[in-house]
Amino acid sequence: MRALIRFGIAALILLAIYGLEFGVEAAFTEYVQRIILLAGINVILAVGLNLINGTTGQFSIGHAGFMAVGAYGAAFVGVKLAPPVHGALGSGPLADAVVFNVALLVGALFAGISGLIVGMPSLRLRGDYLAVVTLGFGEIIRILFNNATFLGSATGYSGDDPSGLPAYTNFFWVFAWATAIVTLIHNLTFSQTGRSLTAIREDEIAAEAMATPTTRLKVTAFAISAATAGVAGGLFAHMQAGVRPEDFRFERSIDMIVMIIVGGLGSISGAILGGIFVAVSLELMRDLQQYRLVLYALLLIVIMIVRPEGLLGTRELHHLLRRKKTAKPATPTESA
Amino acid sequence: MTQFLQQLINGLSLGSIYALIALGYTMVYGILKLINFAHGEVFMVGAYTGFYAAGFLGVADFEAQNHSFPLYLALLVLIIAMAAAALLGMTIEFLAYRPVRSAPRLTPLITAIGVSLFLQNAGMLLFSPNPQRYPAILSEVRFAVFGVIVTNIKLTIFAVALCLMFGLHLFVQKTWTGRAMRALSFNIDAAKLMGIDTNQVIRVTFAIGSALAAAGGILFGLDQITINPLMGVLTGLKAFVAAVLGGIGSIPGAVVGGLLIGLAEQLTAGYLSPEYRDAITFLILILILLLKPEGLLGVVRVEKV
Repeated sequence: MRALIRFGIAALILLAIYGLEFGVEAAFTEYVQRIILLAGINVILAVGLNLINGTTGQFSIGHAGFMAVGAYGAAFVGVKLAPPVHGALGSGPLADAVVFNVALLVGALFAGISGLIVGMPSLRLRGDYLAVVTLGFGEIIRILFNNATFLGSATGYSGDDPSGLPAYTNFFWVFAWATAIVTLIHNLTFSQTGRSLTAIREDEIAAEAMATPTTRLKVTAFAISAATAGVAGGLFAHMQAGVRPEDFRFERSIDMIVMIIVGGLGSISGAILGGIFVAVSLELMRDLQQYRLVLYALLLIVIMIVRPEGLLGTRELHHLLRRKKTAKPATPTESA
Repeated sequence: MTQFLQQLINGLSLGSIYALIALGYTMVYGILKLINFAHGEVFMVGAYTGFYAAGFLGVADFEAQNHSFPLYLALLVLIIAMAAAALLGMTIEFLAYRPVRSAPRLTPLITAIGVSLFLQNAGMLLFSPNPQRYPAILSEVRFAVFGVIVTNIKLTIFAVALCLMFGLHLFVQKTWTGRAMRALSFNIDAAKLMGIDTNQVIRVTFAIGSALAAAGGILFGLDQITINPLMGVLTGLKAFVAAVLGGIGSIPGAVVGGLLIGLAEQLTAGYLSPEYRDAITFLILILILLLKPEGLLGVVRVEKV
């Protein structure tokens, strides 16, 4: 019964997103629609990164690398998978949906596996090694894609078709995936495993003393986080006409870190707000392009010094609202 | 054999630059347990200060007249850059790291990333993002020894780095402040209780580390001929790997690690492919984290609650 209700809710949400798509397409210009799509992709990135950086307290500063792996993986698989699927299902929206989602899943898988490879040696240890290893990974993966001739080297990969990758990414798919990933991460964060992850963040030695398998949990969380970045990369790839190594420079990792720090490390709703904030502020600062990173850098330093927990801290927006509703007005007590 | 010796010489001179930078990482990490991400950018600023100082002292005139730049002026350039970097290091420590020193360990790490990012982009705005040709503050003299080409620049790099490292060794082992630094890295709270002015010692640590990085920056400019505002990212990262390889927190470890990383990089470039020269460093990092995370010369410390 409960499963049925959940299924119904999920179907309703998908239907609502599907309905919203028509509204968005009718109401906004293509330019605004693009920002909305980017905001959705950013939400996936931010919520995924928040799982490892916020909830688990391990710092990755190379998530653009996993996004790149997902983007290239999804683009490549999408291109190679399209002919056989079109042959079997005909070239309709159904075939496109199958190709696109399989491509995204494979991209996520690739990203997740690279997360395992990067995470296993660096997360065994305490300390900040993950930060350095991921920074190196982000740079190396870009050099690799720059030199991979079958993926188009520096000009990037845009499939065999001269018109570039098919633009599968639309409002429906971005927000369906965003909803799915936010739900997944939310349920994970508030499960027993999530509490263990929080315990690792708060005090790793104590968590280990309580028989928490810290290394295994850290690596798992990191791989999930990398896989979500891979999904975002796949969506991003099919929004552009192609993927270029240039799209995944260190700046993109910094954008992601700004998203989760502005919103509050460890808060899912904070990450969502941060993702939207960065998408909008990137557009607003388009003319200030060369000052953008200086401003972001100062923002990071000032937030860390003044309010290190970010806007929301580890709290969730809906928890705050609920508390306000249920809180009884304090009765002033008269004291003599 | 000749090729091997050639790569060996190139590797040692590159490695001694990495060692100079790695010393700054290892000293700061030893005391504050902080990866000072901005250290690579201090190295970059050092190189640029040398660039402008040499320009100010008229290196272009000497080049135009085909004279070599006098040695005392070259030394002056080195000293100016080291002093400027020391000042920068102390300023970063005071403005960005001191306010968050007692915060949870993620906070200073993010601040350090922020400082690094700020300096990179401020550098691009101030110095222009295009690579600059480094002035010839030493004019190159080539000579062949058993068919191996040795330049005076490579020898100077090695000699300067060696002198600075020996100086640091004397400072840390023989002076009062050096002893205080060792005390801080052993146990900062106990050191404070013994009446050591920890703020002062940390400031000196940053100043020395930054000055060494600036010297590395000038030597790097001499060696690689061009500099750019993002040069600190990859070089800083490699130097950090060098510090981890040698055992982070250990000063002789940083020197050994730096030389090994330089050698590994040159041998890879020479025998495999120049494209893999950056990747080999990270392979080493992954291997050392898997096999011997305390580093070659590091000591295993028991985790205390």
